[in-house]
Amino acid sequence: MFTKEMLDSIKKVEATREERLAKVLAGENPRRMTAEEKEQVLAAFHPDHIKSQFAELKIGPNKGERVPLELAEILQANSRINPADIDLSRTDLETDVLIIGGGGAGSAAAIMANENGAKVTIVTKLRHGDANTMMAEGGIQAADKPNDSPAQHYLDVMGGGHFKNVPELVYKLVHDGPECIQWLNDLGVMFDKEADGTMVTTHGGGTSRKRMHAAKDYSGAEIMRVLRDEVVNRGIEVIDFTAAIELIKDEQGRATGAVLMNMETKELLVARAKTVVIATGGAGRMHYQGFPTSNHYGATADGLVLAYRAGAPLLYAYTLQYHPTGVAYPTQIFGALVTEKVRSIGAQLINAEGEAFMNPLETRDVSAASIIRECKERGKGVPTPDGGFGIWLDSPMIERIHGEGTIEKRIPAMMRMYLKYGIDMRKQPILIYPTLHYQNGGIKIAANGMSDVENLFVAGEAVGGIHGENRLMGNSLLDIIVFGRNAGVQAAAAAKKTTLGTPTLAHVDAFAAEMKKAGIQTDKCSPILLPRYTHGNPRFEAK
Amino acid sequence: MEKMINIYLYGKKYEVPASLTIMGAMEYAGYQLVRGVGCRCGFCGACATIYRIKGQTELKTCLACQTQVEDNMYVATLPFFPLVKKVYDIEKVSPTEQIMMQLYPEIYACVGCNACTKACTQGLNVMQYIAYAQRGEYEKCAEESFDCVMCGVCSARCPAGITHPQVGLLARRLTGKYLAPETKHLLDRVAEIGRGDCEAALADIMSKTAEELKEMYNNRTFEK
Repeated sequence: MFTKEMLDSIKKVEATREERLAKVLAGENPRRMTAEEKEQVLAAFHPDHIKSQFAELKIGPNKGERVPLELAEILQANSRINPADIDLSRTDLETDVLIIGGGGAGSAAAIMANENGAKVTIVTKLRHGDANTMMAEGGIQAADKPNDSPAQHYLDVMGGGHFKNVPELVYKLVHDGPECIQWLNDLGVMFDKEADGTMVTTHGGGTSRKRMHAAKDYSGAEIMRVLRDEVVNRGIEVIDFTAAIELIKDEQGRATGAVLMNMETKELLVARAKTVVIATGGAGRMHYQGFPTSNHYGATADGLVLAYRAGAPLLYAYTLQYHPTGVAYPTQIFGALVTEKVRSIGAQLINAEGEAFMNPLETRDVSAASIIRECKERGKGVPTPDGGFGIWLDSPMIERIHGEGTIEKRIPAMMRMYLKYGIDMRKQPILIYPTLHYQNGGIKIAANGMSDVENLFVAGEAVGGIHGENRLMGNSLLDIIVFGRNAGVQAAAAAKKTTLGTPTLAHVDAFAAEMKKAGIQTDKCSPILLPRYTHGNPRFEAK
Repeated sequence: MEKMINIYLYGKKYEVPASLTIMGAMEYAGYQLVRGVGCRCGFCGACATIYRIKGQTELKTCLACQTQVEDNMYVATLPFFPLVKKVYDIEKVSPTEQIMMQLYPEIYACVGCNACTKACTQGLNVMQYIAYAQRGEYEKCAEESFDCVMCGVCSARCPAGITHPQVGLLARRLTGKYLAPETKHLLDRVAEIGRGDCEAALADIMSKTAEELKEMYNNRTFEK
């Protein structure tokens, strides 16, 4: 399956493997970068620092701040509706807690709101469980081992995020972590355990303790399918293929529902609720800076658009995570995630010359920037047929370190993905390059999960601030559970104290007026809901 | 120039690049997918697909996002299949044979045709994990079914009306909750946090100045 050029380079990787293995077995990997070296490589090569790829917001709560060009375009776009056309006196759906998004955070919120006595409805634009959660492979962090502590976890999170994280949110993340693992375990999630019940845990990039719990490399899928099953068992209402396209507020400025659109028939519906939870996930399908993505088809930043138009400020919307190891080759799975766990269990990053040019477990932003530098500045990337470059991930090292069968046992999804294209990662290294993976920034929330708009809660990847400017592996699966559960509890409690007010879409009109005043004219409507791909078909692209 | 081939989407002929996946080819042909698309990485099971190569009789199944197109491929996606999902209270069930008998009795009507295994888009031994479920061997059923993406193709091919993905899921939840060994270090830590034993250290680290915190971070010790 590999090209001739790749096969030649693989020979160089193989030529240095024995020597590298001997060092690793002696406990020696390439040294970690100093704080200064990290700063330098980030400033010069991380996509977050390429100034021409950002625009200043002209209107809204974050006016004057920079965000990616593509995000600015949809934050400052037209609504999909004309408020005058919507009859708000007609209620199609009434509930206590309306949850927008049916991924891990939305499902965790739904279970806890239901547990706390609220009537809950989940609306989701694709199927329940179609979400980035399903694709999280490597694991979930929590400080539950004797040599670890929530305070140690706190330190790793803050440093990984370049100390920009909101301390109160990090406290909640690390403090509630172990309880959330227990909760998942008690719901029937099958964590990898030793015979005596000890969790099998590994490092992730930037962790100082081995606190990555996993369910093989189907960690997110295992969590998602259990949560989805539990939502159904509890009889919680789930409405598939129905997107929220605008929030509804009341005369006091509180969130009180949403205008929904049936994705197939395009019918519009009015949903009224006492509280609303945005759990719409990330933005990989915006393809910032032309990057491929490891994200789900529906990851189009919808929640940010809805909240921004309703007046909720964002936090750190300029920072994205480019996962260091996306698939560079073969083309059919370009951009797909190669879990960090491949490095956690021993594979090194190797350039075209067979050199281990960096420590395999730096934080994700540093790793991605370092890989980009290796290809773009140092010219030591392996060329791919579509004009890009890749770096080797020396997967055969894994079985040399941990024994034959390790790859099938610990990372079966990866093995299966590559085998479909004739590549056996047990025998040959795999070619990777950074892929757009995670939205570090998002909607600003307080520790109770509420945004600056009353009764509008947010959970999961749509939240900004928990991870500062860079998230560590395994803290996203943790955050969707911690903050998803929290949002469910808080939204149910707030619903009890709320009586429905008078619905209005005045904020949508106000936003349109603000756009006009700022001289923003665009054909673009948002949220965009789904990306459009035509794979180079000239019939569609020559317009 | 890229090599082009002919495929038939729902019976209609399109010329598409040979390098694309079935999902990519549908988009190349002009579809903006709503059904039959999800994670696009082989984890979610949204894009179960049936195909047949012209001139052959065998119907094959796959995930559209994980399968490259072939010349003269007839394609029909199966984005929804009415699987049976029984409702239960995970707190009130127990991992005995009775629970399967109660919730999914049709598994005992398995005729051993193995159509499920042949159809599995993940290459799992589906009939084997149903056999384990019949015998109440839930840990084995859980392990064997672990990589299931719940696309439902197995059930679509089953003459006995078995909902294999749900049987596997029930076995896995029973295993995770009741059969897997308890984790003492986790229970201990949850109790410590519950008692407030971790608060002092957290309050201390949260009181550090930015400079102090950076110093601590840069001098961390790493578990080997």
